Order: sequence, then C-alpha cells, then structure tokens
Amino acid sequence: MQRIVTRVAGEAGFYLAIAFFVVVTTFPFYWMLITSFKTNPDLYDVTNIPFWFNEAPTLEHFRYLFEQTLFARWLLNSLVIGLCVVAITLIAALPAGYSLARMTGRNGEALGIGIFLTYLVPPTLLFLPLSRIIANLGLQNSMWSLVLVYPTFTIPFCTWLLMGFFKALPPEIEEAAIVDGCSLFGAFVRMVIPLSLPAILTTVIFTFTLTLQEFVYALTFVSSSAQKPITLGVATDLVRGDIFFWGEIMAGALIASVPVAIAYNLLLDRFITGITGGAVK
Amino acid sequence: MATVSASNIVKRFDEVLAVNGISLAIPDGEFVVLLGPSGCGKTTFLRIICGLERQTSGDLVIDGNIVNDVPPRARGVAMMFQSYGLYPHYTVRNNIAFPLRTQRVSGTEIEKKVKWASRLLGIEFLLDRRPRQLSGGERQRVALARALVREPTALLLDEPLSNLDAKLRASARQEIKQFQRRVGVTTIYVTHDQVEAMALGDRIAVVDHGRIRQIGTPTEIYDEPADRFVATFVGAPPMNLLTHNGACLGFRPENFLPREMMRDGAVTEFWFRVDRYEYLGSERIAYGTIEGFDSTQFITAKLPARIAEESVRPGERHLFAVHRQDLRYFDHDGKRTRGH
Amino acid sequence: MVTIAEPGTKAASRFRYILDRRETLGAIFVAPAILYVLLLVGGPFLLAVYYSISAYTIYDPSWRFVGLVNFAQVIQNPVFLKTLGNTFLFTFGSQLLGLILGKFGAFLLMRPFAGRKIVRALIILPWAVPIALAAVAWEWMFDSLYSVINWSMIALGIIDRSDAPNWLGNPHLAMLCVIIVNAWRFFPFAIVIFLAGITSIPQDIIDAATVDGAGFWRRNYQIVLPLILPIVAVGLIFGIVFTFTDLSIVYLLTNGGPINATSVLAFQGFQVGIVSGDVSHGAAISLFMLPVLLVVVIIVLRFIRRREV
Ligand SMILES: Nc1ncnc2c1ncn2[C@@H]1O[C@H](COP(=O)(O)OP(=O)(O)OP(=O)(O)O)[C@@H](O)[C@H]1O
Ligand SMILES: [Mg+2]
Repeated sequence: MQRIVTRVAGEAGFYLAIAFFVVVTTFPFYWMLITSFKTNPDLYDVTNIPFWFNEAPTLEHFRYLFEQTLFARWLLNSLVIGLCVVAITLIAALPAGYSLARMTGRNGEALGIGIFLTYLVPPTLLFLPLSRIIANLGLQNSMWSLVLVYPTFTIPFCTWLLMGFFKALPPEIEEAAIVDGCSLFGAFVRMVIPLSLPAILTTVIFTFTLTLQEFVYALTFVSSSAQKPITLGVATDLVRGDIFFWGEIMAGALIASVPVAIAYNLLLDRFITGITGGAVK
Repeated sequence: MATVSASNIVKRFDEVLAVNGISLAIPDGEFVVLLGPSGCGKTTFLRIICGLERQTSGDLVIDGNIVNDVPPRARGVAMMFQSYGLYPHYTVRNNIAFPLRTQRVSGTEIEKKVKWASRLLGIEFLLDRRPRQLSGGERQRVALARALVREPTALLLDEPLSNLDAKLRASARQEIKQFQRRVGVTTIYVTHDQVEAMALGDRIAVVDHGRIRQIGTPTEIYDEPADRFVATFVGAPPMNLLTHNGACLGFRPENFLPREMMRDGAVTEFWFRVDRYEYLGSERIAYGTIEGFDSTQFITAKLPARIAEESVRPGERHLFAVHRQDLRYFDHDGKRTRGH
Repeated sequence: MVTIAEPGTKAASRFRYILDRRETLGAIFVAPAILYVLLLVGGPFLLAVYYSISAYTIYDPSWRFVGLVNFAQVIQNPVFLKTLGNTFLFTFGSQLLGLILGKFGAFLLMRPFAGRKIVRALIILPWAVPIALAAVAWEWMFDSLYSVINWSMIALGIIDRSDAPNWLGNPHLAMLCVIIVNAWRFFPFAIVIFLAGITSIPQDIIDAATVDGAGFWRRNYQIVLPLILPIVAVGLIFGIVFTFTDLSIVYLLTNGGPINATSVLAFQGFQVGIVSGDVSHGAAISLFMLPVLLVVVIIVLRFIRRREV
C-alpha cells in the first residue's frame, strides 16, 4: 500500500514537473496568441481575467497589421533577404564544406576550425566598422546591406555543418565516379550533391531561420521602415509615439514565429549533430 | 586493353610507408593477383594505378604512356571497389551506363553496350532496380558490369568477393575468371585469400610491407617460394620450417609422410612425434615435433585420410621422411638458397 | 627482370589536368568562403581595432592615431564599470540558471512517456523563435500596468495592487528580468545539448557500469557526466559567447535602464558607437569583449585538439 502511494506520488511529481516546464516555455507564446485575438477593451481592463477571452475574439489586430502598417512589406523583405542569403551561402559553403571534408587534408582541418571560429565573432564587435563599410557602399538604410552582411555568419556556420555531413558520406561513390571518367568537379556535381540533398535542405532551412532570427545587424543598419525585415519591424516599428499597440505587436510576432518554430522542430536532430560536430565520437 | 607497368612505386603517408618500391610489368590480357596480409599496401597500390592517389615517387606506364600526372578519367582503367561503390541514386541501368556517359558515347551505343554487359553477367532482369534493392551477389555483378562496360585498359578489383558468403564466393570466383578469359582485359586483382589467388591468377605477386616478395605463376609461388615469408604465407597449413645452424630447412606438410609410404628416390628422414590430429574429411593434419631440431612452432604433416590413425599414434615416435627434391633451403636472412 | 615499355608519347602537359588535382580544386572550392569571411569579418575586425586607437567619429572621420587614450577614457567612466559588472552578472547569472533548468529538463525528458515528442517540441520554442519577438512578448508580460504576472499575484493574494512591482522600472528587478528572459531563451538549448550527449553514450557502457555495481549516482557522475562533458562544454561555449555579446534582450526590454542598471557591453557599444556616432569610443567598449572571447576560443581549440587525439 505504502509502495503504491509513493509510486503514485512519484508519477504525479514527474508529470507536474513536465507541466511546469511546458508552462514556462510556452506561456509567452500563449500570451502572444491570446493577446493578438483580444479586443482592445478586453486587453486594457485590469479587472478582466487576462488568461482567456472576456469579450468575443477579434481579427481586428491582424486586419490593422496588414492594412495600416508595413507588415506585408516586412514579410516580403524578410523573404527576399532570406532567399538571397541562402543563395550566397550555398554558393560559398557547399564547395567549401566539401573541400574541407575531402580535398585539403591536414590544412583543411585547421582552415575548418578557423572558419568555424569566425562564427563566434559577435556582431556587436563588428557592427561599427561594418556600418562604416556599408555607408561607403551606399547601402545604409537598405535591406541589401543585410544581404551583404548575413553571409558572414551563415557561411561559417553552414560550411561547418556541411563539412560534417560530407565527412559522413562514404568516399567510394565519388571515387567510383572519378575512376569511371568523371572529373573531380563532375563527381561533386553528379554524386555528392544529389546524395546530400537532405543535408543541403537542412542547411537551406537553417540559413533562412538564422536570417529571420537576426536582430543586431538589422537594428544597426536599417532604420527606414520600408526596408526592415519582419523581426525588426515588429519589435521596433509598431510603437506609435510612446504607445504600444500590444494586439498588433503580438499578432505580428505570432505570424513571424510560427514558421521558424516549425522549421526548428523538424530539423532539430540534424542540427544538433552538426553543431556538436561529433564532439563525443 | 593494355599493358600496365609500374617501376619502383613508393607511397608514403606521413610516417607510414604504405608502398615501398613496387615494380611490376603486366602484359596485355594477363590476370595478376596481388596477394598479401592486411595492411601491406595492396589497396594503396591499386589506388595509385587508377589515379586516386599520387605516388610519392616512381613511374606508372599504361599502354605505353607515362600516366603519373594523368587523372583517373584519362587513364581508362576501371576499378571495382570492395564495397562496390554503386551509385545509390541511379538505377542499375544508369549505373552501368555511367562510365559511357562520362565518355560522351552516343545514346544508341550506350544502350547496346549496357545490353552486352548485362547479358554477359546475366543481370538483364535487374536493370530497372536500384542498388538498395539488390542482394550482395547481384551488386557484385552490377559492379563488374559497370567496370567492364567501357572495355577498360585495365580492370582493377579490390577484394571483390570479401562481402559474399563462402558458397557464393566459390562460384563468383569461377565467373570472374571466365569473364576475364572471354573479355581478355588486363586484370589486377587484390586479395588476402591465397585460395582465391591460386585459383584466379595467371601470375601472383606476393606483397608484404609494401614490397613484392615474389612474383610468379601459382605453381612457382607454391613450389619455389623465394623466401620464408612466401613459403609460410602461401599454403595451408604453411610450409614447415626447421632451423639448423642459423639456416633454415623447409618442406610442405603434404610432402612429409611416414617413411613406409615412400617408395624410391632420395629421402631425408626425421623422427616425428605426433601430438594430435585434426580430421578434415579428405585428409588428416598431424601436429607434432621433430626430434633433434628446435622449432618455434608445431610441425605439421598432411596425411591422406585413408591412413588409419593407429599406424601413427599420438604420443609415439615415428619415422617420417621427405623426398630430397621437396626440401627447400633458406639462409639466415630468409632468402632461398640452392641448398647445402 | 621487370621490363618497362618505352613510353610512346611524351608525358601529358603539366597544366592540362590542373583541375583534376585535389589540392588545386580544393583551394578553388574554399576560396569564395574564405574571401567572404576575410573581407567581411577579418577586415572589419582589424578596422574595429584601429577605430579604438583613433579619434574617429562619424562627424569627424579622421584616422588620427591617439593610442590607448580611448581605452583610458572608457575605463575612467563609472557607467562603463557598471556596464562591465552587469555584463558578467547577466552572462553568468543566466547561464547558471539556464544550465540548472536544462539539466533538470533533460533529466525529465530522458524517460520515455506518452507525448514526449510534443513536450520536446514545445520546450524548444523559446530557443527557436526569434528572440526579438519573444522579448517583445515578455515586455508585454512585464508591462507596468497590465502585467499578467502582477495580475496573477494579486489574484492569488500574494501582493496588493498598490505595491505591485514595476518589473522593468526597478533597477534590481530589471536585471532579474533580463537574466530570466535570457535563461528562458537558453535553457531549451541546454536541454537539447544534454539530451544529445546522453543519447550519444552507447548503452553498453552504462550497462557495463551497472553490471559492475555502480549505483544511480555513481553512474551519473562518474560515467555519464564525464562522457557528455565535451558536448556540454561546446553548448556552454555557445551560450556564453552569444549571451556575453548580445544586446537584443536588453535593448528591447529595458533599453539599458533604468539608469544604466541593465546596460551591458554590447549595448553600450551600440549606444556610443552607433547612436551617438562616437565610433572610436564605441569600438573601444566593444573590444572589451575580446579577452573573454579569446578565452572561450582557446577552450574550444583545446577541446577540438583533444577530440583528435
Ligand atoms: N589515406 C591514408 N593515410 C594514412 N595512412 C594510410 C592511408 N591509406 C592507407 N594507409 C596505411 O597504409 C598501409 C597500407 O594500407 P592499404 O589499405 O593499402 O592496405 P591493404 O593491403 O589494402 O590492407 P587490407 O587487406 O586490410 O585492405 C596501412 O598501414 C594503412 O594504415
Ligand atoms: Mg585493402
């Protein structure tokens, strides 16, 4: 009897702890969700219970967001920035990752570590000189400055990820292709790329989410509203004067968060393998 | 089809001297087997021939041209990898067609050749499958078809049978030999299995520590080993060795028989004390020691199974003998000498 | 004995097959990535160092060399010293909290239970979602008037409406808030890293330890922990670097305030260098992050080297 009681108490404690974690992590998002559908009178009344709807939910904030703000433009900006950065990153990181994994031997190892370390150089150390460089290029206040700068962290990161993926690929297939008459470049294009499509897709999605998550460079380089990416726009541009429009802000944050959250969850395991680089192997 | 010759090929990986001066000349159409223990540099040598590795020094000549700096695609050799290296994203048909595509062969010609190669190996019914859907034996045939399809200057095979089970291996061995005969392609075959080597090779090159110890026909290798390494590496059980005054005396277990079974000819006699027997069906292997000689390992005698165990009892001393012409002598460096 | 046929044609030209050399093509393949990084990370980095020892401002873009004057001026500024202290407090406070929560969370998620996948997906959210957006949600939760946290505490009778805390307006509470938000943001990453480490340990090692009579704690601290240490270290390094150099949480939640109570190095560098346009002093402030980064880099390198042995 006693044993059953402790057992039940243990189970209950376990699920309580799980529930605690889930609540801690998800509450801010629940808060976004419910805020974005509440009417303003409902939001700004301290006597209302804030956790659910006291008045009928509304789409007013979303409508306002798309009709009265540059939100749609920010979405588009983010898409353009993301796609351009993905393209630049792939062009540089695919061959670089392959080269470091297969073609440069001992030097490649050192180079790979060097490239990876640049990923650790923080934006807050570089934004001053970069902002001067961007000004000199005439890109200040333009989202193209972000297209130029974001690859400075996506290229190192993706090179490192791809290097790991390529190292895990058995070399016989490329070697067979080379003996069968391919050039090195041909083997890379005809064997390595098709065989690592899943890894490449992972890289693409991660690059895209990295560009969505970035805040510091966007804040530093872009100040005109029409050029902002979505994260920056939502976080800084929905304040009119000193008044925060919480319904709209939360609605915008929600829309921008959902795709990133989904992408992360789908690719989490691949990402972890990449980032830890087989540190325990 | 072409001649392949290597002269004094050396390959060094940092500290490791993987190939230490191999010279080998292979005439057109010959089947040469490289036989040696694991890690002796066989794979490395093959990879140098096909161009996947660059030798540290030495010259490689294929079909009369020095190809030291020629990349694999311009050498025209075909290689079959130990794990086959089939292209997983291609069908069998496209796998076989791939070497032709890279040479920009026309479509109809490709079709014809793929048909020829797949018929040669009896895999026509597999053409639309992918490598994942094939058994080990089928994969091996596809790899062979892919290697043969463009009629390579030379065919290199790196332990192609090691992934097959014992029974399949025996039949695959036969097939490889037959195709090679029919196609007549110069072939270099790497293995550490001496049975394969004896069965397949026109000539066998025994390799150890990156050097060729001996090269010759299977009979020469078996009967006239150039040194102690070859003598003990080839043959199962290996040649018996007795040390005597620093030099060494060797004879094959099957030539070491009870004195009474020997008829005529000059023989050398030994007192042999059998320790135990191993029964192998067709024969009986006797393990024991020879009196008057120190030997580090057991001496073996391969006796016909029909000899009753009673005639030579374990634990008892028995007079054994070897025909003089079956004795081999090695000096203290292990090199073969003419004898006393 | 060996006869070599006389070469019929001369050896191929040295350059004809230049792209078939692994080293050559390999160098060409890495070149774009290296160039990009050199031009837009290496170059700016050197530029930042030069700014810090010059008198450069956006109003007076002279490259006049002034030596270590900027650094001396920065150090003498009490606000900077406070900022430096804040940065360490912010970094190590949130990392410690994040690691504790992470270890505990990983411990919970190790055990299979119904719905584990969903729970994991939900727990990952703070790390996945762009921090700027999550920070805005937190700002709303810490709102001086409509804070849901205050509302709950009042409803539960813990506090009174009249003395409800102004989370972001009180210097001590504001620091606590940014630390909590940053820990909240990082602990899912810590969970994932711990889990990755634990699942990478072959089960037979743990089984062997169990057979050898190791109890739960011994297994945990003498077998599991040492084995996952490298992976945890990598995660921790990421956490430290990104926290130490971050400004988004502080910028969005408190804007460094109240009265510099939550100002951190990166934020001050931004304020001085970008907002006020005093590039040289901004660069000097930012460069104070460098020693910490160097220490971290050395640790990373040592780990990588150990891995290769
Ligand atoms: N890329 C390399 N780098 C360093 N050492 C190597 C490399 N490739 C081979 N070696 C070394 O060279 C030696 C010969 O290797 P090789 O693969 O040629 O042996 P092998 O005869 O094919 O052996 P096995 O029968 O086991 O396949 C080995 O000691 C091996 O460790
Ligand atoms: Mg081998």
